[in-house]
Parts: sequence; C-alpha cells; structure tokens
Amino acid sequence: MAIASDAPKDFRLSMLIYDTRFRAITIQVIVLLLVLLGVAWLLNNTIANLAAKDKDIDFGFLSARAGYDIGQALIPYTNDSSHFRAALVGLVNTLVLAFFGCVFATILGVVAGVLRLSNNWIVARLMTVYVEMFRNIPLLLWIILAYVILSETLPTTADFRKSAALIADGLPPIATMSFGDTVALTNQGLNVPSPFFTRGLGFINIGDLAISVSFLAVAAVLAVSILVNMGVLRRARVIQEATGDRPVTWWKSLLILIGPVAVLCIAMGLSFDLPVMGKFNFAGGISIDHAFTAMLVALTLYTGAFIAEAVRAGIQAISRGQSEAAFALGLRPNRTMKLIILPQALRVIIPPLISQWLNLTKNTSLGIAVSYLDLRGTLGGITLNQTGRELECMLLMMLIYLIISLIISSLANMYNASMKLKER
Amino acid sequence: MAPTSIAFTRDTMLPPELPPASQRGAVKWARENLFSGPLNTILTLLALLVVFLIIKASLPWWLNSVWNASSLGECRAIVAASAGEGATGACWAMIRERWHQFIFGFYPPSEWWRPTLAFGLLFVALAPVLYSGIARLNTMMVGIVGVVLVVVLFLLGTDGLHIGLVAVLMAALTGVARVATPKLILVTLLYPFVGFFLLWGGSVWGPVGVIAGFGIMVLVYNLLQARLGVVMATALGFVAACVWWLALQTTVTTALHSILPWGLEAIDSDQFGGFLLAFTIGVTSISVSLPIGILLALGRRSDMFLIKTLSVGFIEFIRGVPLITMLFTASLLLQYFLPPQTNFDLILRVIILVTLFASAYIAEVIRGGLAALPRGQYEAADALGLDYWQAQRLIIMPQALKISIPGIVSSFIGLFKDTTLVAFVGLMDPLKGVTTIVRADINWKGIYWEPYIFVGAIFFVVCFGMSRYSMYLEKKLKTDHR
Repeated sequence: MAIASDAPKDFRLSMLIYDTRFRAITIQVIVLLLVLLGVAWLLNNTIANLAAKDKDIDFGFLSARAGYDIGQALIPYTNDSSHFRAALVGLVNTLVLAFFGCVFATILGVVAGVLRLSNNWIVARLMTVYVEMFRNIPLLLWIILAYVILSETLPTTADFRKSAALIADGLPPIATMSFGDTVALTNQGLNVPSPFFTRGLGFINIGDLAISVSFLAVAAVLAVSILVNMGVLRRARVIQEATGDRPVTWWKSLLILIGPVAVLCIAMGLSFDLPVMGKFNFAGGISIDHAFTAMLVALTLYTGAFIAEAVRAGIQAISRGQSEAAFALGLRPNRTMKLIILPQALRVIIPPLISQWLNLTKNTSLGIAVSYLDLRGTLGGITLNQTGRELECMLLMMLIYLIISLIISSLANMYNASMKLKER
Repeated sequence: MAPTSIAFTRDTMLPPELPPASQRGAVKWARENLFSGPLNTILTLLALLVVFLIIKASLPWWLNSVWNASSLGECRAIVAASAGEGATGACWAMIRERWHQFIFGFYPPSEWWRPTLAFGLLFVALAPVLYSGIARLNTMMVGIVGVVLVVVLFLLGTDGLHIGLVAVLMAALTGVARVATPKLILVTLLYPFVGFFLLWGGSVWGPVGVIAGFGIMVLVYNLLQARLGVVMATALGFVAACVWWLALQTTVTTALHSILPWGLEAIDSDQFGGFLLAFTIGVTSISVSLPIGILLALGRRSDMFLIKTLSVGFIEFIRGVPLITMLFTASLLLQYFLPPQTNFDLILRVIILVTLFASAYIAEVIRGGLAALPRGQYEAADALGLDYWQAQRLIIMPQALKISIPGIVSSFIGLFKDTTLVAFVGLMDPLKGVTTIVRADINWKGIYWEPYIFVGAIFFVVCFGMSRYSMYLEKKLKTDHR
C-alpha cells in the first residue's frame, strides 16, 4: 500500500519550478516582472518620442476654440465653442445614433427572427435570404451603399424650385415633395416637419442648454398615462384571475394613453413647421443629414440580421414539449408564442441581444465612412488633426467608448440577473 | 352438398384511393405552407408582392447588362440603343476593365503569379488542418488546387517558366499528399514564411534566417531536454533563438545575400490592395489570434490572481473599444510606443492590432466552451495524473474547442468583414479604397451598384462558405446522441 510521503522539509531552488506549491508564485513573479519591464519600456519610449517631437501630455487644448462646424448639433454649438464642447456634441451624436439603432434593430430582428421560423414557406425563405445576406457582407458596404444611393439618386434642392422659366412655360418643377408636400427628399438631406407649440410654456436654461418646458410637460403627462394604464391592466388581471373573464381594456388603454397628451398638445397649440422651398434652399422644418439616415438604415438592417439569428436560436432552444403542452391545453399558435415560448426564450435571447447592442454602439464609429460627426469624427477626427494631440485624443476617446460599453453591459447584466431562472 | 350461392367475400384488396384533391400534391403543400389561415394568406400575398416588386425593378437591369464599353456614358448609350430610351442596365464593363484593382490593388501585373500561388498554397497548408489524416481528401484538395492554380495562372497571362515551376511544385505536393499524408503538415508549418516571401519578395535569406532561429530553438531543446528538463530546455532554447534573431541573423543573412543574391522583386506595402490585402490581413490575423485567444481564455480561468487580472483587463479593454480606434492606434499611436526611429510597415502594424482585437473576442468564445464542460472532465484528468498542459491538450481543449466552433467561426467571419475598415488608415481595401479610386475615374463617375455588388458578392461567397464549413465540422464532430 502506498503511503503519501511528507513534503520535503529542506528548500531547494529547483522547487520553484517543479513544486506545484511554489510554481504558481514563481510564474506570477516572472510575469509581473515581464509586464513591469514592458510597461516601463513603453513609457520610456513614449517619453523619448514626446521629447524628440517637443510635445508634452496636456489636456489644455480641450478648452481652446474648436473653429469647425458640426452639421448635426443637438446641444448648442458654434464654431466658437471649445474642443470639449465639440467632443460633447460628438458624444451626443454617437449616443443618439446608437439609441435609435438599437430600438429599430431590436424590433426588426425580433420580427425577422420569428418570421424565419414561420410555417409560411415563402416568408421563412425571404427572411433567410435577408439574414444571410446581411450577416455575410461587411457593414461598411451597407453604410456606403445607403449613403451613395441617398445622395446620388435623390433630386437636388434646385429641382424643387419653381424657376421663372418653368412658370412661364407652365411646367411643374422637376421634383415634388412627398407625403402631401410635408417631406422633401433632396440629395442634401431629408427635410421633415418640426413640431412646435404656439402657446408653449417657454424654456428653462441650464447653463447654455435650453430645455423646453412644454416638452417636459408632454413627457410627464405621458409617464402618468402609462402608470395609470398599468393600473388598469393590473385590475383587469385581478378580475380575470378571480372570475375567469377578462374585461375588455383596449379602448380604455387607448383613451388613457392618447387622450391626455392630445388634450395637452391642443391646449399648447401644437403645430408643425413645414419645410418650404425658399429662394435657394428649404426653410423651416428639420433637415436630417443623409449621413445620419444612412448610418441608421445600415446599422438597423445589419444588426437586425444578427438579432434575428439570436431570436431564432433562442426560440429553437425551447424544447418542443413546451409548445406541444401548450397546444394540448388548447392555446392557439400566436398565444402559445406569446405566453409560453417567448417568456422562456427571452432568457436565452437576452445575453446575445446585449452583445449585439454593444456591437451596434461600437459600430457607430464607422460614421467616418460617411463623415458623420460622432465622437470619433469630432474628438478623434477633426480635433485630433487640428491640435495634433494624437495621444490625448485617442486615450480620451478610448476611455469614453470603454465607459459607454461598460455602462451598457452592466445595466444589461443587471436586467439579465433579474430575469434569470431562480433556482435553489 | 354444394352450396348454391354464397355471400360475397372479397379475396383481393382494393387499391387504395388517392386522397382528395385538396389533400395531396401541390395544393396540399400550398394550403399547409402558404394559406393556412387569414394571417398566413396575407403574409404570403405581401411576400409575393415584395418579390414581384424586387424582380420588376431589377430584372431589366440585370438583363440589359453591358460587358463591353470604355465608360459609363458608353454603357448607357448601348443600353439605350438596345433596350430603348429610359431603360436601365448594369455596366459590368467597369468590372471587366478594373477587376485587377479589386483583386490585386497596384501589385505589378508581371508578379501577379506570386499572390496567386500564395493563395493556392494556403489551401495546401489548410488541407491537413481541415481534413486531418484523410489521405483521399487531402490528395483531392491539393490536386484540385494545383489544376485550378495552373489554369488561373494561364488566364492571368503568366510566363511559361513560372507556370511550369508551379505545375511541378503542385505535382510534387500532390504526390506527398498521396504517399505521405502526415508530412503535409510541414507545408503548413513553413507556409507563413513561404507566404511572406511570395507576397513581399526581397531576399530569400530573410525568411530562411527566421526559420533557422526556430531550428536553433529545437536543436537546443533536444540537446538539453534530457539533462535540464522540459522547462529549462524550452527557456534556454528560446533565449538562444532570440540571440540569433536579434544579434546574428542580420549579419549572416546579409553575408549570404552578397554571396548568393537569390530573391524575388521586393514589393512595397503601398502596392497591396483589394482582396489581396483583405486576405493577407484576414488570414494572418485569424491564424495567429486563435492560439492567443486560447491562452487568454485559459488565463482568464486561471487560479493565479495576477494572470487572471491581466487577462480580464486585456479582454475587457479590447472588447470595450471599437476596432477603428485600434486601427488608429496602429497608424497614429504606435510611433509613440516604439523606440525612436523605428518605422515598420503599416500593414504589419495593422495586422498586429487586428490580431489582438480578434484574440480578445475568440478568448471569450473559448471561455464559453470551457465553462460549458462538466467539472467531471477536469476531475477525471486530474485523477489520471495528467499535469495542467497535458490535461488541457488531451482532455479539455478538444472538447471545449468543439463546443466553441460556431462562435469561433463567426468571430473569423466578423474579422474578415472587418478587414474593410483598414481603408480608414490609408490602406486600399476592396470596398472603400479601390471603389473610391474607380468611382473617382472620369469614365466611371456615377457608378454605384456594380462595384458594390461585385465586392459584396465576393465577401458573401467567402463568409457564407466559412459558415457552411463550420456547420459541416459541427455535424462531423458531433458525438452526443440526440
């Protein structure tokens, strides 16, 4: 019978490598030394290189005048603003694009993923074609193609003008506005109506950022409506559980959700500022840059294909027994999907869905292809080139992207943890 | 007494009746798959409408394609002449005139055989990896690649000498694959050096010197392993190789080059472009990022605090920033981090950063595979007395990699698609770099569908092929019973 021998008492140098008790320490010490050496080497090089180029590390440039214009600025910005303000505008542009992209891509992806599993042969095939086409071709191609088509096939602004010659000949202008003269699609951008209130509640200024009180009021009323509606639905469920009959709620919900907001809007005099052809260009309304539209379309379609795959995989991961049991209970296919399959599939779908949202957010940096001035376009683009501060700009930009990613993934992980199957 | 009459008794079965017309054939199929309910009928009609609209809009465009023209204007004139005023037609004449820029960039035409051969040899190097040990498949693959290679080289207008050399080489490799299939792995090991030499050219002694370094490492290891043990022998071998690479190699190879100036015409990185560039970056990064990814995944699951922290930090940092920032790091920041006056090739810098980027993603995929393995597998390996690396190599990794195949391949596909982003640091990728040049030409100004369809189709074929291969591999390696 073998007897375990005691560990050797006397320490020999070779034990650092061959004794598992010490080997871990040895390896970690060596790795630590190597990493420290590497970092020291990089720092040393950086200092030497900076000295050679007569540069230093200084973030003071952020308060200097930017001196360039940004087409899509959602917070007040002029070319007299600072580089910091420009970076902030870029950050807002990144976040806005990422937000709308995530919303639309999720809707599209869920619909496409469910339809791909449909019994309907032709619809399932069409969705397969869509998913495979977008998953296997670079996102950059879709962005550039969307941009090129928008900016090269749409009529120029001049085509909308009723010139004197045309009026004399009794001819209409070459291009006309769409949707009952409310939207003008030009090769410069999309001119859409902008809402405003004739009897609005004014603005409050925080710093130099003006916030519309009317808008806040609408948001507040909407929030209250949603809360009330949730109460109505809860009451309907209580009645259903007590009596088996569910009271009809759809018209109540509709009334509660739309009524108060509509009344408020009418009271404040909601009207739309339509884009109108001026002397040279469209006046009024909002002009949405094609860069934004192209990015949004391409990101939505591309990420939607990936989300569709995640949704399909999630639904297929639910065992057939679940849907068979639901059918045995007499549930119809769409109620089976809504009540039995989707709630379970959601647990499988959410982690890949989150990583697709993260990917979309990071992919907004491809706006460089269509000169969309997002964070990379302002801080990592024009500011970097103007000030020549590559090190500072890149570090700052990476840090911001990292923080955005970490925030999204930690929020999503929290949601994921709350959704997780509670087991003993 | 004979019965006068008996009741009717059937002694043969009647042939089965066909199901009713609504329950068979195309009608049944359509009823079940297209019109099973009001919603489905609406969806079917909508889908048919969409298909009809797409075909109506694009079919004439495809049918009126023009292949022979020298400018977009000429294309349009031909379409208008043949199909009437206002008709649209594809102008593939642009592809016919410029295809070589999409494929090779500005690589000199007389040297086109080199990237072509390198691309062909890639499949020879892949054969032992893809179909390990199956002599028939290996031979078939090498043989087919050889034949295709000779045909393609002929079509590219290569001179007879090079076609002959390539034919002899491929015949020899096919022979090796047939007679001694396992030896083909040597081609795989040598491929990085051969590929580099073929693509960039220059003196043959550079790659030979690097290989010699690995030879020295193996030699030292073999000499010392018996006396000093595996760890020390590996470390000393590595040190010896480093001494050779850093201190001696340049002197020796320069001397050899002055005696025997063998080599190919050196090609500058600026001349790389199109799919040649995409494949160079993609293939290198894919093959290097897999081992790094495995190491990172193991590091992240390690018990050693420092190793784990470093791996987690690296992976999370890389996954948190967009690839574009990494590429800009390659083009703008690397000059700060390296010793003054070092100036190495932009393509190489991009490859390094893309590899690091991809390895973080692959590490996460493999970590998922490792986590999916039951604990029993680790414990069984320990019970057998295997040490860490033996357990990883023989028990853990084969299973974990098998589980992670779909994830790994989709990372590879993502990486290959992302090679298009190198356009933003001034390299000439097929999508933005080359297409912009073509579209800037006065003859082809205003063309947009054709170049993007052409480039998109090639990307689609490659990526779709990879995903289909991963499905084949998954099915082949599937050992559980369902």
